[in-house]
Amino acid sequence: MTATLDPGTTRLADPTGSVSNAMARRRSLVTRIVTHVCIVIGVLFSIFPFYWLLVMSTHNTAEIFGYPPKLWFGSDFATNIKNVVQSVALFRSLLNTFLVSAAVAILVMFFDSLAAYAFGKYNFPAKNVLFTILLATFLVPGSLSLVPSFVLMSWLGWIGNFAALIVPGAANAFGIFLLRQFAQTSIPDELVESARVDGAGFFRTWWSIAVPMMRGGIAFLGIFTFIASWNDYVWPLIVLVDPQRLTLQVALSTLNSIYRTDYGMVMAGAVISVVPLIGIFIIGSRHFIANIAAGALKG
Amino acid sequence: MTITNPAVTPATVTQSATPGRNKPNPIKRFWPQYVSIAPFYILFLVFGLFPLVFSIWLSFNDWDGMGSMNFVGLAQYRFLITDPRFWNAVGNTFIIWFISTIPMLFLALVIAFLLHQNIRFKGFYRVAFFLPNVTSMVAMAIVFGSVFSDSFGVINSALQALGAAQIPWLSSPWGIKITIACMVIWRWTGYNSIIYLAGLQAISTELYESARVDGANGWNIFSRITVPLLRPVILFTVITSTIGGLSLFTEPQVLLGDSGGPGEAGMTIVLYQYNQAFTQFDFGYGSAIAWALFIIAVIFAIINWRLVSEREVGGQKVFKVRRQRKEVAE
Repeated sequence: MTATLDPGTTRLADPTGSVSNAMARRRSLVTRIVTHVCIVIGVLFSIFPFYWLLVMSTHNTAEIFGYPPKLWFGSDFATNIKNVVQSVALFRSLLNTFLVSAAVAILVMFFDSLAAYAFGKYNFPAKNVLFTILLATFLVPGSLSLVPSFVLMSWLGWIGNFAALIVPGAANAFGIFLLRQFAQTSIPDELVESARVDGAGFFRTWWSIAVPMMRGGIAFLGIFTFIASWNDYVWPLIVLVDPQRLTLQVALSTLNSIYRTDYGMVMAGAVISVVPLIGIFIIGSRHFIANIAAGALKG
Repeated sequence: MTITNPAVTPATVTQSATPGRNKPNPIKRFWPQYVSIAPFYILFLVFGLFPLVFSIWLSFNDWDGMGSMNFVGLAQYRFLITDPRFWNAVGNTFIIWFISTIPMLFLALVIAFLLHQNIRFKGFYRVAFFLPNVTSMVAMAIVFGSVFSDSFGVINSALQALGAAQIPWLSSPWGIKITIACMVIWRWTGYNSIIYLAGLQAISTELYESARVDGANGWNIFSRITVPLLRPVILFTVITSTIGGLSLFTEPQVLLGDSGGPGEAGMTIVLYQYNQAFTQFDFGYGSAIAWALFIIAVIFAIINWRLVSEREVGGQKVFKVRRQRKEVAE
């Protein structure tokens, strides 16, 4: 009875299917449509702010303040970008941020994979105690050390220096913990043993066996660290003082607090800070999402 | 740098290949391992542990960062207990955490269930939902500031077009809190739904099938199988969103500035700490606020730990379901 009402369903249905089979199919089709509609509504909420950011960056401020609001792209993107570049050293900040994030990501990949390999594949005295200490550092909340770290940086003469952003983050417990699991599960003991018999030392086996076999985990850690460092805000806000040496996030918030009246320009600056990151995320997204979920379930 | 001195390496290899023989000094024997893990511990000592200990000392002092430190004992903490601005910040943090976490985790669970269906474009949907989590919070706080703007924001324009009264999102105490909560929900719902999705995928399909064979309906399956088995994952998301909620800073700071907006309605604990330490240059008080936040976080950790102990009950339920399934199989 229902099958005849819906030509779409009958077309989809198996020709040999009975009436009840067609009913079930129709029900599943309705469920699928409802599911997709709900998901698409969610996706629209999820990406609407990005769309809005792009739309606003293409209008001048008078248009943005007008009523009704502009819902479609305008023609002032180039002007807004030009204004941004004249107001703050935004491209300089972009370069600064890229260099700092890349440096942190590379150092973390290097130091964490070494430590993870040592913890994951070797037994040495005090290993368990040291690893427990490493896990315990997860419990230290970052905001506790905001003030004393600033004082320490000023003693070291690192205020306004990128060393203050790079050095403290060069190795971290999260990455070592994550890569240790990769080392334990993806590197066979026999391979390490045979390399050792062939005369390869610890660092040699790390470089030519462990690194290639942990490649997926190291790549995830690199992308994760890069994104986190790119988005870092409170610490750079505290330690960076020279306008020529700001990172993107701090430059952007400066732009926002000084030029709040020129929204088009502020939005153009925001576009510059968001777009490269989205590119990196989409390229590495498959890896990224799988590992985020896996890390959470193990944790 | 990666290839070691050949004169040393063979010695290490032979020694590690013959454990126990004439017991060499472990430092000599395992030096590459210790060298490998050393950077983390050195960095932690200098940039983790030292600041931690130093911040206790700072919280007992009155110091503007320039002159000499003035030891005042517990005076900072005594002041903190009677400081209405601090308690306002604590209240704001809790309200924002509460009104963001509950809708966020509920929505995340719904999205995870939808994505768990056998549907097309799943990969695309996952990326789209996860995207907010990886973007710059500064940029997005600026966008939210314009979307929720009192005079020209899209939301108020839409309300006006519908003939409804406009809401002073960025100038009323509740409007400010709701705006910040919306930012938190927007940023973290996708993250949590990906976590839930992974949890759902870890549940064996056999379990569902056998329940269906036993005549269980959708609700029974959801409440007897899915929720108990998902409990540890839900707990994980509760813990992470509590930690994140307690350390809320960027959203209110970019949206409202260092003062937390009109009437300090968007002042959170970390923003208050930043405000006192880095705009008032009261380093001692800033440290005391940090330790107060730590104590609050520990209280929450204990509550969470209680919930973890209850997880055992969930485990029993799972076990029961499994046993029933076995009986059915027999």
